Amino acid sequence: MTYEFDFAAVLEYWPLLVQGTWTTLRLTFFCTIFGILIGAFCAVVRTGGPGWARHLVGLYVEFIRNTPLLIQSYFLIFGIASMGVRLPILVGATIALTINIGAYTTEIVRAGIESIHRGQLEAAECLGLSRVQTYLHVVIRPALERVYPALASQYVLLMLASSILSSVGVEELFGMANRIQSDTFRNFEVFVVLGVLYLILAVIVRAGFALLGLALFPRRRKLGTPL
Amino acid sequence: MSPIVELKDVRKSFGALEILKGVTFGVNKGEVAAIIGQSGSGKSTALRCMDRLETIQGGSMVICGHRLQDSNIDLKALRRDVGIVFQSYNLFPHLTVAENVMLAPRLVKGIARAEARTIAEAVIAKVGLREKMDFYPEQLSGGQQQRVAIARSLAMEPKLMLFDEVTSALDPQLTGEVLRVMEQLAADGMTMILVTHEMGFARKVADKVIYMKDGKVHEMGSSDILRSPSTPELADFISEAAEH
Ligand SMILES: Nc1ncnc2c1ncn2[C@@H]1O[C@H](COP(=O)(O)OP(=O)(O)OP(=O)(O)O)[C@@H](O)[C@H]1O
Ligand SMILES: [Mg+2]
Repeated sequence: MTYEFDFAAVLEYWPLLVQGTWTTLRLTFFCTIFGILIGAFCAVVRTGGPGWARHLVGLYVEFIRNTPLLIQSYFLIFGIASMGVRLPILVGATIALTINIGAYTTEIVRAGIESIHRGQLEAAECLGLSRVQTYLHVVIRPALERVYPALASQYVLLMLASSILSSVGVEELFGMANRIQSDTFRNFEVFVVLGVLYLILAVIVRAGFALLGLALFPRRRKLGTPL
Repeated sequence: MSPIVELKDVRKSFGALEILKGVTFGVNKGEVAAIIGQSGSGKSTALRCMDRLETIQGGSMVICGHRLQDSNIDLKALRRDVGIVFQSYNLFPHLTVAENVMLAPRLVKGIARAEARTIAEAVIAKVGLREKMDFYPEQLSGGQQQRVAIARSLAMEPKLMLFDEVTSALDPQLTGEVLRVMEQLAADGMTMILVTHEMGFARKVADKVIYMKDGKVHEMGSSDILRSPSTPELADFISEAAEH
């Protein structure tokens, strides 16, 4: 028995694929913005905050990194719903993913901050900058710059991992693919198309990071040195 | 003339180890003081205490009117009055030369960008790097970076400049360009304290030479003490330095 490929049957569902791709892209976009903000903030607290706040952030990071994303999302999305707050599922998914990626970002940015030489902090201190000014103007940007490649990879990973949210009813790319699969029973073709779409998405996310890098690190732009 | 720097019996320990064991000296306004001495004698520690990067445990230290032994000292005011330059230039790598220099005037003094740029232009010209304003530190030689570090301090218009072996990391020909900047500063009347291994430079510009040994001032006087030291230890130190 030979298997007859029928991609046409799958591609007929292109509106669903486009919709799913768009949803995944949007989800990734918002999680990236908020994730980096949360991660940078928590990394600063983790390295320079008062003791209790450091512990709190440590707890957050360890808790998130040692439990499955699916379970975190499940409790967050249905937890919010059970409190009687009606949120669009996509918003719930964005919050869950952001909390998750924020923890990983914290650890990556913390490594960047810790790689900043003590002399930099001392120079800022001697010039009279406050601690907050020092973090904002002297520490954060070079720290982000150092860990930027690791950060970009982590966010591609986030985009790929977001497929798991189809299990809690989010109609992102993978969710849509599931629908097509159950309609057409063309599993193999669906996965091929899905793989290609995820690949394209990964290229888009990487390109987005490259552009963001140019905006964030003007020195790289001027000197033409790669990140 | 009233002293701008006054140390009296200053003591400083790291844990159980006493590094400064009663250091006493003064520097008047407009004077250049050179601190010399063996490695580990506490020169850097003394300098760092003067900018309150380290706290002292005994004695008293008054810098530009600020009493450093007070626990409620106004650090921001102290650091407006005191500039310090280290052996490692510590320029901010992600900022251009101009941005490095403008940062503190803008953030600490709240000066507007355009005015800060004017200040930066003036001090950068003073260290002879006008054409490098928009370069990044990594595009500069060590000597040029060190001159930018000096300009960055000068932009805050300090009353006192501290230098800790600012030429030790540099090649001889780069050393010269940094020393010339410092010499010019001295000629302009800046009060300066420099820790240095450059005996020739100390002899030339220092009004006062302070020889430290084992956490104490062992001998002190005009730069003449470098020609005719009165203690055998300083004599040994000078002849050792001459061999290098
Ligand atoms: N933060 C610190 N903690 C513990 N010990 C320190 C610290 N800073 C300096 N010391 C010790 O204090 C002593 C004096 O150091 P200091 O750097 O003041 O010497 P120095 O005269 O500047 O020497 P050099 O010519 O090598 O720069 C050294 O023995 C050093 O190990
Ligand atoms: Mg030293």
